[in-house]
Amino acid sequence: MPEKGWKELPIGGKILDAGNSIEYETGSWRTFRPVVDKKKCINCLRCWLLCPDSSIFVEDEKVMGYDYAYCKGCGICAEMCPVDAIEMVLETEKDTVEADERGIKVVQEEDPETG
Amino acid sequence: MSTILPLTGNESGAEVMRQIAPDVVAAYPITPQTELMHRFADYVADGKVPTELILVESEHSAMSACVGASAAGARVMTATSSQGMALMWEILYIAAALRLPIVMPLVNRSLSAPINIHCDHSDSMGARDTGWLQLYCENCQEIYDTGIQAMKIAENKDVLLPVMVCYDGFILSHTVERVELLEDHEVKGFIGEHIADHPLLDVDNPVTYGPLDLQDFYFEHKRQEAEAMRNAKPVVLQVAEEYEVLSGRKYGLFEEYFSKDAEYIMVCLGSAAGTAKAAVDELRAAGENVGLLKLRVFRPFPAEELVAALADAKRIAVMDRADGVNSIGGPVFSEIRAALYGRSSAKISNYIYGLGGRDIDIEMMKSVFQDMKDGKYAEEAFYLGVRE
Repeated sequence: MPEKGWKELPIGGKILDAGNSIEYETGSWRTFRPVVDKKKCINCLRCWLLCPDSSIFVEDEKVMGYDYAYCKGCGICAEMCPVDAIEMVLETEKDTVEADERGIKVVQEEDPETG
Repeated sequence: MSTILPLTGNESGAEVMRQIAPDVVAAYPITPQTELMHRFADYVADGKVPTELILVESEHSAMSACVGASAAGARVMTATSSQGMALMWEILYIAAALRLPIVMPLVNRSLSAPINIHCDHSDSMGARDTGWLQLYCENCQEIYDTGIQAMKIAENKDVLLPVMVCYDGFILSHTVERVELLEDHEVKGFIGEHIADHPLLDVDNPVTYGPLDLQDFYFEHKRQEAEAMRNAKPVVLQVAEEYEVLSGRKYGLFEEYFSKDAEYIMVCLGSAAGTAKAAVDELRAAGENVGLLKLRVFRPFPAEELVAALADAKRIAVMDRADGVNSIGGPVFSEIRAALYGRSSAKISNYIYGLGGRDIDIEMMKSVFQDMKDGKYAEEAFYLGVRE
């Protein structure tokens, strides 16, 4: 969609519609992406509470990964995690970590015979 | 009905503020603005005006509080001088760019260093590109009249920019003159009720002020601001016309004092225009073809109108009470010469005068006209009244 010209825009840089930050996807700012190891995660939800971009998916009071469309990669979640379950991975090296599209680490099922 | 009182420039300014009765005034005292705010604070303390007066810890805070109050939807004023406005610097731009119609008497005083409390225009001239309108006053009556008009100009929907009402420190601020005042209800009726553009306190219609504005939108918002300044010119004239109906006193973008048919024209602004008029009177009485163009509105700069008024002059001398310190000349000179480029063959010279309150008298003004007649010209500015 072409943006409006100066004659159409509200003056003074004001934004007249409330609740508009959903329209501004900040995920492209990210250098590091969080991935979570659910084997370590205790679902304390500290990351959810502290995330400045409300980018932690929570379902049934359990952390279910990250909204990468908005996560800026600030790393507060990883810094504040009490059990070090969150790893910050360079975007350019994201393929070295096996995780689903929401950033939940895929863990190999343990072999019931050897494990 | 009008009242006539002997008032100093600052008392005249305080009277403007009392009659406008802004919702909010945030200010910090500085010479020579102090008596203006002193007098106004008395009015507040005595219950003569319902204004919320916010006393802050610096001018940076004063202008910041004005920005917040104006964005909230209030009618807002402040006042300052010199270093005080220098400390407001970053917020001056923000007030203009957020399109907040704040009115500020600026009692002109030179900038440090060396420290000096007396008049020149280095404070306001430094702020000429902040996006504020600048109106200059010759005398205490003009301070009163201009202050009232300023509020109506600022709040015009096609403008919505802040306005500085500039008047010379001490020369006007502390000098008693005859001032004719309107009745309170006349002023209230003239400026009307303030209806803010998307005020923050309208909680049913929440808006965001001052969000990050990057490569994709900043340019458009600056373009709007430039347009608002262009719009301001006809609005200044329209408000002046309405004010003339109310007061009988006539204002324009500038005043042409015997300059329409003059061969030798001086351009100046502020209180020195009074001295220049006395010089013109004496020279005209002696048969000299001289005149004065007193610039009232410096922002928006009335280039087209100035060209029409000056193009036929044989010689033009532009007086600057601030030095550009740029090896070219003062700010008024630079802009007038730029406006006349390719439109006039008149030689235009520049005189820097009156820095730090240095007096300028009728004889000095006459010497400038004599220089024009004698063909004295230099590419660089002349310094009038400095000891060699």
